Amino acid sequence: MNEWRFIVGTLVVLSVGALLSHTATNAYVYYAGFVALQYVVISTGWNILGGYAGYVNFGSGAFVGLGTYTAIFLFNSLAAPLWIQILGAALVGGLLGLAMGYLTLRIQGVYFSIATLALTAVLSTGIVNWKYVGGARGITVLASQPTVWFPSIVSYVFFAMLLLAVISITIARGIERSWIGRGLAAIRADEQAAECAGVPTLKLKLFAATVSGALLAMAGAPYPYYASYVDPDSAFSINYALNALAMPLIGGTRTWIGPLIGALLLSGVEQAATVTIPSEVNLLIVGLVLIGFVVAAPDGLLGLAGRRFTQGKRP
Amino acid sequence: MTEPILSVRDVWKQFGTQVAVAGVNLDVGHGEKLGIIGPNGSGKTTLINCITGILRPERGTVIFEGSDISDLPAYRRARRGIARSFQIPRPFVGISVIQNIQVPLDYVEDAANGPNRAIELLALVGLESRADCPADSLTHLELRKLELARALAASPRLLIADEVMAGLSEAEIDEVLEKLFVLNDRGVTVIMIEHIMHAIMRFSKRLVCMETGQIIADGSPQDVGRDPEVRRVYFGEQASR
Repeated sequence: MNEWRFIVGTLVVLSVGALLSHTATNAYVYYAGFVALQYVVISTGWNILGGYAGYVNFGSGAFVGLGTYTAIFLFNSLAAPLWIQILGAALVGGLLGLAMGYLTLRIQGVYFSIATLALTAVLSTGIVNWKYVGGARGITVLASQPTVWFPSIVSYVFFAMLLLAVISITIARGIERSWIGRGLAAIRADEQAAECAGVPTLKLKLFAATVSGALLAMAGAPYPYYASYVDPDSAFSINYALNALAMPLIGGTRTWIGPLIGALLLSGVEQAATVTIPSEVNLLIVGLVLIGFVVAAPDGLLGLAGRRFTQGKRP
Repeated sequence: MTEPILSVRDVWKQFGTQVAVAGVNLDVGHGEKLGIIGPNGSGKTTLINCITGILRPERGTVIFEGSDISDLPAYRRARRGIARSFQIPRPFVGISVIQNIQVPLDYVEDAANGPNRAIELLALVGLESRADCPADSLTHLELRKLELARALAASPRLLIADEVMAGLSEAEIDEVLEKLFVLNDRGVTVIMIEHIMHAIMRFSKRLVCMETGQIIADGSPQDVGRDPEVRRVYFGEQASR
């Protein structure tokens, strides 16, 4: 029953998106929609390692940026279509997640987070010095108009991002409800106790890091088509790292719904702020919202709602 | 005694310069009820951590059911049939009570599974009414019961109960002891670490006393209880509290 509801829900969302990609006349719909959906993918992807397993990754920018530049590389060298770019980004991001996990996940807890911080700096420095993908000057990517079905490139990219959001949520939900999800929850609670209950903690953490890395990189892949100009600073932006962490924390990290809510809320607030106040204040708002949640609702909105619910139920 | 189920050979573990376990040898027979006593800091829990794989000793081997498991990670030892409870309950917070039980059922292949297995285990320790509660909402006693149920979920052949009865009332101690007796009757070897003397004297068929990382006495509970050295380091310490 629940499964059916989820399937019907995703189909409805996809149909509305498809309809929107043909009817909306105001390009701002695509612009705001793309950002919100990209946030959903980032938030959901981050949460698989950061939320389910409890390993806080500060290097989301590295994965998103890597995805963006993988797409640029594939476009430049092979003139690959968007879906190949996305698959390539997912593959490279997954490998980076696996490698980073292998090197750092043996260390428990906070040291892992510190190690991920350095990753963004390392990768963006590499790109800055790589002329083929534009180096520090950045690169212009002129996508040809889509030949099938979609009226414009922005609507095409918007729908692609919607599809990615649906895919990542389906993956996250699948993990959460399976034995893998329970194993990750056990790791998050107590790694040694999990081991003693037969959970292969290192393998599961590597799995989570790989999936998380693949989704984060996937989120960056459609960006060149969308922005048509990319430079290392925007592709590896620190905002990604901050937002990836903020959104699940705002929504709640234990279920797939939390990151979704957080992403929609944060992108909404950001959009509202962007059109009303200067962009530097933008970041300040995100920071304040985050601090507010850490203090008032450490388990996110869902945790807050859940607490109310169980308190009401208890005798 | 036929081939022991567990054989600890010359295990040595130190933290910095602090020697916690100093070359312990210990054989545990199939179906045995072994009690381990000793003052705080004598190395009991460290020894258990070396047996379950949480800690790697500097030296020595651990043999379980005839094969050397010294190099196996903890989860593989759990899958081979070694289960433990922790001295301080370590529930998987953030998931429900029944999901806590589901984790070993998921990951230990030999675990007797089935749709109702988790509920049966909860019923065994009297937690079935709390099945859907979050694990962090349990009381201290309930957490100890959960700890035991989770250890049993892995269908262990060797159960190590590290102070499962600390902080429990007399009636609750009887309840837990009863469960351990039933388990032992079904063929599960039990190693019990406990400070509650009457409980461990009642349960154990064999008692071992540790002091400064070594086994200083090994024999029947009565003999070990009468041993002057044991009386000095352990009972003496208890009496002076």
